[in-house]
Amino acid sequence: MLLYLVRRLLYVIPIGLAVSAICFSLVFLAPGDPLSAVLPADASLELIEKLKADYGFDRPIPVQFGKWVARAVQGDLGISIATGRPVNSELARAISNTFVLAFFACSFGFTLGLVLGFIAGYWNGTWLDKVVTSLAVAGVSVPHYWLGMVLVIIFSVFFNWLPATGMGAGGSSEWAWDWEHLQFVILPAVTLSVIPTAIITRTVRALVADILSREFVTALIAKGLSDRGVFWHVVKNAAPTALAVMGIQLGYLLGGSILVETVFAWPGTGFLLSVAIFQRDLPLLQGTILFLALFFVFLNLLVDMVQTLLDPRIRRT
Amino acid sequence: MHTMKLLAGAFAAAQLLAPPLASAQSVLRIGMTAADVPATTSQPDSGFEGNRFTGITLFDGLTQWDLSSADKPSVIIPGLAESWTIDAKDNTKWIFRLRKGAKFHDGTDVNADAVVFNFDKVLKKDAPQYDAKLVAQTTPRMPTVMGARKIDDLTVEVQTSEPDSFVPINLTNLFIASPAAWAKTKNWAEFAKSPVGSGPWKFVRLVPRERLELEKNTGYWDAKRVPKTDRVVLIPMPDASTRVNALLSGQLDWIEAAPPDAVAQLKSRGFEITSNPYPHTWPWQLSHVPGHPTADIRVRQAMNLAINRDEIVKLLGGYAAPAKGAVPPGHPWWGNPKFDIKYDPDQAKKLLAEAGYGPGKPLKVKVQISQSGSGQMLPLPMNELMQQQLKQVGIEVEFDVLVWESLFNNWRIGAKDPKSNGAHAINVSFATQDPFFAFARFYDSRMVAPRSVNWGWIQDPQFDKLVADARGTFGGKERDAALGRLHAYAVEQSSFLFVVHDTGPRAISKRVTGYVQAKNWFQDLTPIVMK
Repeated sequence: MLLYLVRRLLYVIPIGLAVSAICFSLVFLAPGDPLSAVLPADASLELIEKLKADYGFDRPIPVQFGKWVARAVQGDLGISIATGRPVNSELARAISNTFVLAFFACSFGFTLGLVLGFIAGYWNGTWLDKVVTSLAVAGVSVPHYWLGMVLVIIFSVFFNWLPATGMGAGGSSEWAWDWEHLQFVILPAVTLSVIPTAIITRTVRALVADILSREFVTALIAKGLSDRGVFWHVVKNAAPTALAVMGIQLGYLLGGSILVETVFAWPGTGFLLSVAIFQRDLPLLQGTILFLALFFVFLNLLVDMVQTLLDPRIRRT
Repeated sequence: MHTMKLLAGAFAAAQLLAPPLASAQSVLRIGMTAADVPATTSQPDSGFEGNRFTGITLFDGLTQWDLSSADKPSVIIPGLAESWTIDAKDNTKWIFRLRKGAKFHDGTDVNADAVVFNFDKVLKKDAPQYDAKLVAQTTPRMPTVMGARKIDDLTVEVQTSEPDSFVPINLTNLFIASPAAWAKTKNWAEFAKSPVGSGPWKFVRLVPRERLELEKNTGYWDAKRVPKTDRVVLIPMPDASTRVNALLSGQLDWIEAAPPDAVAQLKSRGFEITSNPYPHTWPWQLSHVPGHPTADIRVRQAMNLAINRDEIVKLLGGYAAPAKGAVPPGHPWWGNPKFDIKYDPDQAKKLLAEAGYGPGKPLKVKVQISQSGSGQMLPLPMNELMQQQLKQVGIEVEFDVLVWESLFNNWRIGAKDPKSNGAHAINVSFATQDPFFAFARFYDSRMVAPRSVNWGWIQDPQFDKLVADARGTFGGKERDAALGRLHAYAVEQSSFLFVVHDTGPRAISKRVTGYVQAKNWFQDLTPIVMK
């Protein structure tokens, strides 16, 4: 187990390097240049060349990349060109904001997804199953930024019940877990939770229906085990796969959604990434992508470990 | 009945959910188009929107724009300098007399040392406060200013590389920050966390990427411009529909750049749409490179006569004004050109025939345009409409559609560069409130790449003479007359295909009163009273 863990942790190094290298290359391949963030439109070619030298962007790309990696391994992701603020602090703030959103989206989406999935699985083939399945199909099909806009139009613009954008009257720095602030998270969290809800519903439905059709369940019922007992066996058998799916969904949610965070002006990692892309803010873009990539790697590792703990068969293989 | 109960319950819940009542302080909340709070380092980024919200609010320049009238063209008035003169013996030296008693928000004096400190931050490489980012934001806007020195506590001499009457206008872009505040950390990024200027608004709080809060400076040196609202909250919201939704849901009182397709809805919900033509031009800059069809003045004039600008204004929901030049008639720099830019397709066809084009030999032009971009209005539909209109007179237009950043890079390299892909025109909108931006950088033969954006490679001694005359004429009215002659010649030469001027539509709630939309990129928030 320890060897497995070490091996998986070592994978992080090539993955991190590959992600950084690809991201670095893409930024240089894309139109515009990393100095767009600081240059006014009226800057002359002469001034641009001078600033490129000042910022070190006139050096060969591999040299720039090497320097960046050397700093990144020491935990220094550099300074945002656009704001002059450290990328670490920009990222930390965005991550905590995305965490708030992901927490609510998970709480809502996972609970609803599990409940609906079990209902549809247990009553497989009935009208109840058909209704839940239709909802799930709609859930995965609907573009969530569109849904976000519709929810804003209904609940914010038309009824004025919930705020349309932001994280509260004082911004994220004054966030508190009280109603005055929580009302800001409702619409983005519901919007963000729709796809995970639908995916979990469909996964759990398929799992439960499959498990219920297995011979061991028939045997358990024949043995006279109570409904609750059978249900517990179904839960235990469905748990590893459901957990893996939830883990991946949690990863997606914690990674932040560019579209949903932009529609709701929620200052999380998705919003930060979109700003970094539009401003060609290379250090910010690099730092954010590296963090997200490593986060996914660790999350997958964590899910694998929990799966192993829950299902001894995986450990044996 | 049951439905009624549900609705009643819903509305009761809505009451509970409603935001708490505003405090006793009056607050103006503005949704900006910028993706981030513009830099508060004293030299804002985010283009002129940056100067509008974190420049002229927190800081003052030696000179400033008069933003008090919606009718008259906005002109330069004294700021931290009470008066200025050109040195009679040496036209490359300006003497600025500073205002007595002006103070920074930290209580320190605005004096000659402070002013020189701020010139040095962008011009003196060995000064500790010199900063590359500040340089980038400032020096393109004051291209001839070389440095400044203190003469006495209230007098500063400014040196230029050549005689340049545009300097007082250029200097609205240099904001004077408190040297004492900078000295605390000796770092502009740190200074930006708690900026100190002498402007009508004082810094309260900055939440990066989310909001900037300012409060009124009750001790402002200009008593007439002490703000009438207690606080201003500035929120970056680059997405137009997000801005509209935030306004409609009551989270904002004011949004910049109201999108034309939301105007009807905003009006029906009681919001006011304010607009006023300002010094902005949306054109095609035409190539004068020998061998290009647009090097022929008849072709350039024909293109200007082929455009039905009223249709373009209609496309923009009425929020634009037809252009007859870089500045509108009546502007101090208008200059009464002899060539009248209007819609006259017959005359356009005649001119094209004279230039050797007709049904048998259609004129083909390639234009570089962007999909979107700051100040570009609605570039794709506008350009497509122009393409149809030009086809009516026998001009076939091919587009080279680029992302905004690439279009800028192409603008900088000029029409002669092989990377410009043989384009005959480029569509970059620009500010015209500063004569360097409106004229000098386009028409002066020295301003070709890499120095500036004479993209079309205009090498016309007459333009050079007119630019030099305007730069070298120092009386206000005389300089305007010289600029008028330059503008008239530019219109007669049709060096640009002039299309429209933006009118800067903003949507504001009925709570906002006292706002005067000046004919300027910048707007004054101090007279606003919140009801």
